[in-house]
Amino acid sequence: MFSYIIKRLTQGLFLVFSVSVLVFAMLYMMPGDPIDQMMGWKVSQEKKDEMRHFYGFDLPMHEQYINWAAKIVKSGDFGLSIRTKLPVLDLMKARIPITLKFTGLTLLFDILIAVPLGLVCAYKKDSPFDRAVVGVSLFFTAIPQFWTAVLLILLFGVTWKILPLHGYETPLHLVLPVAAGVLGSFASTIRMTKSEVLDVIKEKYVLTAYAKGLGKTAVLIKHVLRNALILVTVLVSLSIPWLISGAVILEHIFGIPGMGGLIVNSIIMQDFAVVQACVLVISLLTVSFNLLCDFLIGILDPRISIALKGGER
Amino acid sequence: MTHNSRELLKLDGLSVEYRIRGGYLSAVKNVSMDIGRGEIFAIVGESGCGKSTIAHSIMRLLPDKNERISGGIYFEGENLGAYSDNQMTAVRGKRIGMIFQNPLDSLNPVYRSGTQVAEAIFLDKKDRAIVWKEVIDLYREMKMPDPDQRVRSFPHELSGGMRQRVMIAMMLARNPKLLIADEPTTALDVTVEAQILEIMSRLRADFNTSILLITHNFGIVAEIADRVAVMYAGELAEQGSVFDIFQSPSHPYTELLMKALPHQSKRAGRLQTIEGSVPRITSTSPGCRFYNRCPIASGHCENHDPPVRRLGDSHSYACHNR
Amino acid sequence: MNETPFMEFLISARRNANFLVGAFIIASVVFVAVLAPVLAPYGYDEPHKADRLQPPSAKYPFGTDDFGRDMLSKVIYGARITLQIALIGTFIQMFLGVTIGMLSGYFGGLVDKVLMYIADLAWCIPGIILALAVVTLLGKGLNNSIIAISLVNWTQFARIVRAKTMAIKNQAFIETGIAFGEKAPTIMLRYIFPNIVPALIVMISLQLPSTVISTTALSFLGLGSQPPSPDWGLALSNGMKYVSRGQWLSIFPGIALVYTVFGFNLLGEGVRDLIDPRMKSH
Repeated sequence: MFSYIIKRLTQGLFLVFSVSVLVFAMLYMMPGDPIDQMMGWKVSQEKKDEMRHFYGFDLPMHEQYINWAAKIVKSGDFGLSIRTKLPVLDLMKARIPITLKFTGLTLLFDILIAVPLGLVCAYKKDSPFDRAVVGVSLFFTAIPQFWTAVLLILLFGVTWKILPLHGYETPLHLVLPVAAGVLGSFASTIRMTKSEVLDVIKEKYVLTAYAKGLGKTAVLIKHVLRNALILVTVLVSLSIPWLISGAVILEHIFGIPGMGGLIVNSIIMQDFAVVQACVLVISLLTVSFNLLCDFLIGILDPRISIALKGGER
Repeated sequence: MTHNSRELLKLDGLSVEYRIRGGYLSAVKNVSMDIGRGEIFAIVGESGCGKSTIAHSIMRLLPDKNERISGGIYFEGENLGAYSDNQMTAVRGKRIGMIFQNPLDSLNPVYRSGTQVAEAIFLDKKDRAIVWKEVIDLYREMKMPDPDQRVRSFPHELSGGMRQRVMIAMMLARNPKLLIADEPTTALDVTVEAQILEIMSRLRADFNTSILLITHNFGIVAEIADRVAVMYAGELAEQGSVFDIFQSPSHPYTELLMKALPHQSKRAGRLQTIEGSVPRITSTSPGCRFYNRCPIASGHCENHDPPVRRLGDSHSYACHNR
Repeated sequence: MNETPFMEFLISARRNANFLVGAFIIASVVFVAVLAPVLAPYGYDEPHKADRLQPPSAKYPFGTDDFGRDMLSKVIYGARITLQIALIGTFIQMFLGVTIGMLSGYFGGLVDKVLMYIADLAWCIPGIILALAVVTLLGKGLNNSIIAISLVNWTQFARIVRAKTMAIKNQAFIETGIAFGEKAPTIMLRYIFPNIVPALIVMISLQLPSTVISTTALSFLGLGSQPPSPDWGLALSNGMKYVSRGQWLSIFPGIALVYTVFGFNLLGEGVRDLIDPRMKSH
């Protein structure tokens, strides 16, 4: 188990490193540098060069990268936002927990609703219930999440006026965004759960469980669900980048002051240092989420820890 | 239906059909046999001959709802076909146990092997200490090395033979009267096979457990079975004592199998040396199913079901031309 | 009778409901897109200053927007943009995926490791974030957003093409080709490529809906098509400004979008079932 964690962690760190290089290269390739953007065209070329030298923008790319990365690692210094002149870190600080909370709630409700439905669909395959759920989820896969959000706003916010449609002041403000998030992802979670459970039901050990005299419910919980859960966790971890993608758009729509809103606005305002930092932080969050799932899988599935224990000897 | 107390399991004209596109496929047709208390009864045949289907229908563990079963399955004189699903749950493990071909697939990879055995015992007893002591005793009985440690092993940490011992321990944990063993040694190598067979014969000796052994290996039949049924394409070709079958095979199929059987090696005991292939049979097609491969077939065989002929108390076969 | 694979496809297609309904929906979208100038009552960017934010009426069946533009005409012309997104976007993804996947699968070794690491990288960064980064670099606009989405979505193509290439590479006819002295590019194009075409068709049809959804999402965020484009995503984004005064702005382009995506979904599932039923179980 321990070496499994180390292995995953190294992989994750290397991934984050690659993303940071990518993100840095992206900004480096931008036409014009931050000095041009901050100073505008009125300032003389000499003055600009002096500033460039002062900030280290005249160094070769890899040295600039090292300086940039070192600052981030040491003090979380992502530089200054060109538009607001505030440190990027200060802009992000309050927003990261909000995005985490929003994404976490979406994931939680997605699992709470979709996993049981998928399970029932698998057990009652081809029943009217299964057909209905599959039909509804097929329908929802055709609806872009942002339009689901728009419809929810029109229905609950405008027509019935029972829920707030914009902002983040009360817990009620999160109801519509989370609902839109869940509606956008539950179809695929149901389908994944169903197909995994169908696979597990066919396993020989389920037959064994019946053969030794366990009843339907015991087999379902102890053998089918327990094993399907491992695969569902794997699949959920694969869907996390997708979930975060959805969150970015939903935050923008619902005016939630999270990372998503920040990044979209920064792109529109061409505030590249902020975009760079946001991309990096969101990738970091994604990788950490995935690591968390990997650990969970390691706990749920003894085969993984055993394989590695064997490797150590 | 008269019940005689020597008799533990009786199949009376059992037929199983699977629904396929545009009809039914006859997997088992009109099979009758009985297994006595403390008897080891083997069903032999090529893969796909319906022998596993019989085993699974007895336990009511056929894969889905696309099958149609007719005929009777009587266990200790009671018709299992009339049992509700809940009643069948009470039969499984408690009165009839079953082990499968591949002991790795048959154990749940996420639980310790002992836990899976204990799970069966917990159905009858509640006290943790007693249950676990029983598990370790069972492991010891199965000649598992290091039983105190092995109960804590996951299936992956065990060898093939040990896994099959865990399976047997699990199925014997509730002292069933009948153990169905579906190809129990096919996935194992020869030395391990011998050990598993030894355990099974000891079961019968010590607890008077009956065993229904499903196999395609005549070597195993000769080694431990008392009586044997030879199946071909879902039908009983011949049944009788092991002595009858080996000494005076009467159905042309059995005869061919015996000729193809060299005397020593285990490998060669497997049935694979007859020319031709098993036909695909829908439930409506009449006639002898061995017709296209039979050396003594006549025109009559193609469209008429062969009669069952008796040679003695328990020896019978189904053929027109003998 | 001697049936070509295409004929067989047509014959079984006649019995596949998903395929038929999907094809019908997409055909209707294509019809509307092609005949847009004939079908649309007004020009999509033709303002009617007196009729701003009018609800649906006989004159404007889908209402008008804040500039007094007819929404029905916008929706009709928007079909052109959506089809453009679907075709060009999916084609770029396929091109990238096939090139990288074949190189990776054919040469293996370090080439494969590097290329697949890049694919993994694109896989674990949220797609929209990567697309946003690319749009930042290239600037706003429909073409750039199509490129951005393609740079995100090519990995699925690459993975499957790579797997297929590796499987085909070891077959005897390839070795024969090599023995005859064929060069690697010839082997890839003439020997391997024709064998992955069926899988490719399935992948393309499965990829169409997600390409449309993600590219439209960028337009919705204001980073794709710019006004006065009739892009449905842009129209919906505009509608967000008037949720309380002009709900019809958010309804009709959305219905058109869902209709099209639903059609692509059905078509994709239909094509998959017809060409490769085994892909059904992931």
